Amino acid sequence: MSPQERLYKDPDINMETERYWEGAGNGQLLMKKCNSCGKTHFYPRAICPVCTSSDTEWYEASGKGKIYSYSIMRRSEIPYVMAYVTLDEGVTMMTNIIESDFDDVKIGKAVEVTFRKTEGNKSLPVFRLCK
Amino acid sequence: MSRTSKAYIAGIYEHPTRKAVDKTIPQLHAEVAIGALKDAGLTKDDIDGYFCDGDVPGLGGMSMAEYMGLNITYTDTTETGGSSYVVHVGHAVEAIAAGKCNVALITLAGRPRAEGLATLGARDRGGELPERGFEIPYAPVVTNMYGMAAMRHMYEYGTTSEQLAWIKVAASHHAQYNEHALLRDVVTVEDVVNSPMISDPLHRLDCCVISDGGGALIVVSPEIAKSLGDRCVKVLGHGEAVKHLNGGRFDLTYTGAAKSGPIAFAEAKLKPADIDYASIYDSFTITVLETIEDLGFCEKGQGGKFVSDGNLISGVGKLPFNTDGGGLCNNHPSNRGGMTKVIEAVRQLRGEAHPKVQVPDCTLALAHGTGGQISSRAGAGTVILGRNDA
Repeated sequence: MSPQERLYKDPDINMETERYWEGAGNGQLLMKKCNSCGKTHFYPRAICPVCTSSDTEWYEASGKGKIYSYSIMRRSEIPYVMAYVTLDEGVTMMTNIIESDFDDVKIGKAVEVTFRKTEGNKSLPVFRLCK
Repeated sequence: MSRTSKAYIAGIYEHPTRKAVDKTIPQLHAEVAIGALKDAGLTKDDIDGYFCDGDVPGLGGMSMAEYMGLNITYTDTTETGGSSYVVHVGHAVEAIAAGKCNVALITLAGRPRAEGLATLGARDRGGELPERGFEIPYAPVVTNMYGMAAMRHMYEYGTTSEQLAWIKVAASHHAQYNEHALLRDVVTVEDVVNSPMISDPLHRLDCCVISDGGGALIVVSPEIAKSLGDRCVKVLGHGEAVKHLNGGRFDLTYTGAAKSGPIAFAEAKLKPADIDYASIYDSFTITVLETIEDLGFCEKGQGGKFVSDGNLISGVGKLPFNTDGGGLCNNHPSNRGGMTKVIEAVRQLRGEAHPKVQVPDCTLALAHGTGGQISSRAGAGTVILGRNDA
């Protein structure tokens, strides 16, 4: 049985990041990569934090990754799993692990992206354990 | 042996309040400043430099300087959360060495308890925070963020909850002698691991207290220190660092202390084994464990073993730490613990710690501050201090 889910706050969206949230609305997890140094970075920026190039480009990530770390927030009205997931693309992002029994969540487990609506009807990437 | 020091800490003061319902924040700043001046044997008119965090009421330090009636020609409002005050000591030393000021006042004050500030709920500071959209919807709070650091450290190095608990146990042994400490009961490893789980793997007793109050420091030039006598403490080395998520490539098992520590030790021409007493920032037990490793008191990954069996208890272990009870038991004023870390290190070097926790012949001490969150972006500040004759 999956635990009850809390309401998700809306993300703050600005001109640097609106494409990311549009993608999420279409069921895509978008990442930014730099055409100069070739590296993906997270969170996505107009200017590459690795090499300072402004030649950065959106692409769709696999949506697959592994749990880098997590913590089960018990002292909350609706407990939830805070996590960092390392994507196959090599960057680690903050997220929540959902649809999973808390006892099954472990570091190193494979996860895949899914999406949830926020309070203001935006789409938010979250992750669940792979079957 | 007489080591050279570019500046000295001449005055310290820790506000005795832990819940300031009847005082304003500016009033607390003034009270701690007056306390530190009295401790140093100086007056307000001696101050020509003022240092504070970015959280004080007003624009930088200007409103507080006006409230306290300071006439200053140098100011620094470096904001690195709870590590700010350790960093301010370093910056004050450099300003004094450069001849920009002679008597620097550093203050911290706040009243989160009186204001009923909850620690739950995502921290939302608004504005143009670039990471905000990618974090706030997931509800990061300080407990689950530190929980993730602890979880990863356990995964990589086999660190256990019992080992983390020893850090709280040691702090509680010290706090029992501090009449101002918020939590004075001695606790056991079982007490810690059986306390309610807040955010796995951190239990309630792995977390620091929330308290009001504050503290102040006075840093002075060597000439002024000479006139004030042997209670002045040398500042032998200082290091600082900011660690962050690095574009999505990071490691939660170490902190900025891995950089600030070696810089401070190199400047002081000392090594971890030389240190008689250490004040280590203790927002959570995991903060202490990672910092002890990063500062080089033991190898990376061996922190769990190092802190066990009372090794941090004064008179028992090899590295007496936080003999005031630290943030875990004594005081974490305004959710910022760096100030009290420096204060207790100075007490130890003066021989003015509580007799039950005073380290015999304490000559060299370290104080380390951590600010922000070690699982995202955090400041680190390390100072190495020496007794007047060190």
